[in-house]
Amino acid sequence: MSTHVHSSSTAHSVAPNSSSDEPLNYLTNGHTVKSWLLTLDHKRIALLYLAGVVFFFLVGGVMASVIRMELMTPGGDVLYSPDAYNRVFTVHGVVMIFFFLVPSVPGVLGNFLLPLMIGARDLAFPKLNLLSWYIYIFGGVSALLIVLLGGIDTGWTFYAPFSTTFSNSLVVPAAIAVFITGFSSILTGLNFVVTTHTMRAPGMTWGRLPLFVWAIYATSLIMVLGTPVLAVAIALIGVERAFGVGIFDPALGGDPILFQHLFWFYSHPAVYIMLLPGMGVINEIIPCFARRPIFGYKAMAGAMLGIAVLGFVVWGHHMFVSGQSMYAGLVFSFLTFFVAVPSGIKVFNWTSTMYKGSVNFDTPMLYAIAFIGLFTIGGVTGLMLASLGVDVHLHDTYFVVAHFHYVMVGGTVTAFLGGMHFWWPKMTGRMYPEIWGKLSAIVVFIGFNLTFFPQFLLGYLGMPRRYYEYPGEFQVLNVLSSAGASILAFGFLMPIVYFALSLKFSPKAGPNPWRATGLEWETSSPPPTENFASTPVITTEPYNYSPEDSERAPWDPFGSTTPEEVAHVG
Amino acid sequence: MWNFRLFPEQASSFAGRYDFTFWFEVAICLFFTFFVSLITVVLAIRYRRGSKVNRVHPPTHSTILELVWSGVPFVILMAMFAVSAVLFVEQYSSPADAAVIDVVGKQWMWKAQHSAGKKEINELHVPLGQATRLHMISQDVIHSFFIPAFRVKQDVLPGRYTELWFRPTKVGRFRIFCTEYCGTDHSAMGGYVEVLSPADYERWLESGTTGVTQIEEGKKLFTQYHCAGCHNENATVRAPRLEGVYGKPVPIQHGEQVEFVKADDRYIRDSILLPKSQVVAGYQPLMPSYEGQINEEDLLKITAYIKSLALKSEALPTYVPEYDVDKDMPGARGSEAEYDVDKGLKPGREAGEKK
Repeated sequence: MSTHVHSSSTAHSVAPNSSSDEPLNYLTNGHTVKSWLLTLDHKRIALLYLAGVVFFFLVGGVMASVIRMELMTPGGDVLYSPDAYNRVFTVHGVVMIFFFLVPSVPGVLGNFLLPLMIGARDLAFPKLNLLSWYIYIFGGVSALLIVLLGGIDTGWTFYAPFSTTFSNSLVVPAAIAVFITGFSSILTGLNFVVTTHTMRAPGMTWGRLPLFVWAIYATSLIMVLGTPVLAVAIALIGVERAFGVGIFDPALGGDPILFQHLFWFYSHPAVYIMLLPGMGVINEIIPCFARRPIFGYKAMAGAMLGIAVLGFVVWGHHMFVSGQSMYAGLVFSFLTFFVAVPSGIKVFNWTSTMYKGSVNFDTPMLYAIAFIGLFTIGGVTGLMLASLGVDVHLHDTYFVVAHFHYVMVGGTVTAFLGGMHFWWPKMTGRMYPEIWGKLSAIVVFIGFNLTFFPQFLLGYLGMPRRYYEYPGEFQVLNVLSSAGASILAFGFLMPIVYFALSLKFSPKAGPNPWRATGLEWETSSPPPTENFASTPVITTEPYNYSPEDSERAPWDPFGSTTPEEVAHVG
Repeated sequence: MWNFRLFPEQASSFAGRYDFTFWFEVAICLFFTFFVSLITVVLAIRYRRGSKVNRVHPPTHSTILELVWSGVPFVILMAMFAVSAVLFVEQYSSPADAAVIDVVGKQWMWKAQHSAGKKEINELHVPLGQATRLHMISQDVIHSFFIPAFRVKQDVLPGRYTELWFRPTKVGRFRIFCTEYCGTDHSAMGGYVEVLSPADYERWLESGTTGVTQIEEGKKLFTQYHCAGCHNENATVRAPRLEGVYGKPVPIQHGEQVEFVKADDRYIRDSILLPKSQVVAGYQPLMPSYEGQINEEDLLKITAYIKSLALKSEALPTYVPEYDVDKDMPGARGSEAEYDVDKGLKPGREAGEKK
């Protein structure tokens, strides 16, 4: 495995603050605010995204905390007003979906890693990339301003005619904010697709692409093809509400089911926009920490493309009791079960990747194992919701809430955290404190299950979602859920704190602390602005790990001990 | 707080079989979850770094294995699809003998009208053992009618009727929830189904009412809203008679074409609110729209009355407009005579058509 050591150029050496013997990297190459806010470097833009998604995660998290506090008791006693509660859960959903989950893994890890992984200097359109971030921030800040000015109470789903005719909240401004943010997704997706097609280094064939790149590529296709439909649906909501044009409201001659079709045509594939990049992260972590090639590379890449394609033909499963025809329900249910096949392939292949491996339990791997378990539960409960007759009772109850949190939080957020631990040394040049990392993974796992498992039971008992007050017989399970949420919140805050502290106190990471394969590990940590001193040439297959090497010469990625010393002790 | 339970009550003929399917699927889910968790944990521990195991030639793929773990789950998935689809179709097929109760959802209450004339809010009294079909519509936004103990749920839409049926098997009070988010007091939009023994139900129906049935109320409204002025026997304006219409095909003029539309609840509702959208062949679009003037509850009563007229006129098995009005009001009919009688109108009509 060759390491390309970056040598500083003359242009870099005149920059301020560069320590005398260390070459400049992308973090030290420019310290002005302008050098960050007008940067065209995909790695800096990734960090801008990181700041954005962490901020919006905290906003959405505070809303979640308020929801769980309110639901501790059956009566309304925290917010004192159902309107306030309705605004809080709407903000929670809108912020978490549009401003955290959708941009999280693609915006941060995708931006940072895609060019590095394919041996490119940057994305195909660096200016477009910066524009995407600005659109995202503009949309997000507008959304928060709307919240401060009175908020919106339609739920993240904007169902008509409630949203178009009956809601007394700022629907049109919120629709505009979501509409604008969509363009950030579209531009990012476009950029990633073009980059993957045109900027691969010599020898980086499609069959050698890291599976994370395949995941980002599949995601980008959905972003480009699906997001415009959401934009259309949301724009029509605005038009009907602002100008009274009858599109969805039957009182104006419209059809409310039409809105649901348009909305879910995007929003079901959007689930895979949120999930596939997380799967991509897990694809990288598991082979590295099992120290062996991934099991079934082609099936894994094909499964992700399959999920992306099938995701477009199953939207009607959100509408089994909506008044959609029975036959439409039968068709959508039937098609939905097909999505389970590629999802199943992924889970089985991840698990098989540990067979004959040399499994290490560092933090990223703990998160990856948690992902497999939680995603499996999220997936199989999704099958129950895809089951027509079974869905009738469970639809719009807490069973659905539990299901999609298992997929979105147990899946995507867990993968995002795993990925952040895995690539933190690459992004910052510093390790993180491993003890705290392991602890956070365990606390998140326990807190998560305690929060959301009781919600499956609540749903089966019949507790509807989006309820400000509820009958007393549901209280015990709600208290359990709220207790879990406080543990989960603690688990999520831990990494934010120790990651920040690690920038100053943790040991420096070498170029490749995990001894991982992949081009991103062949440049220094943090990488230089131009990524690679010279364009890399790829001559080996991906995930070229050897479990036997790992056994023969184990090492401590965190320690000051050299591999030789560890080998001697072991 | 401590009166909680882990399983919802079963109080309808459907609930037991729902639960059977539900637990069948839960068993499959648990099997997969435990299977995946087990092999994950076993492999992770067995192949942990430092364990003395054979690590030579880790396989990079296995076509057979991958086919097996695509194929076997697929068969199981299709079983899940089949059993749940059967359940779903059954929920769409209400028995012919089902008693119908009209339900109107509005922010934030449920209103029910029994054909005997009894009305209630946020309560629904139904007789034990009797298949009951709810005929539902919303006055404003989308709501959803959910009775957990019966395992039934159906969205209630504005502008369109939806239906839901059940057969209660247990006397008692069971919760109704609204499960489609509908604004401020969404969580307060609920109530109870009260399942009574048939005798108690009869007693309840008769208690505290004036004895005016839904049909009679509808007849009153029919006059009050001036429907009778045109649609009754002695009307001076030429409008289609409504006796014998309900449930039968009606010829509708679509430009040059005539199409037959079944006169169901949707047809009657649309004819009142959007009369110009479906003009009966042979008539002028003279009727004014009642949109925004009649609420859904009154519409249901008027519809009940119009339905009752279907039974009145055994002499008119299919709907035939009355052409004698022509003589009274020459020129009232426009170009409707151009339609093609071969399209299926009664042959006997032709003579009456000729001018």
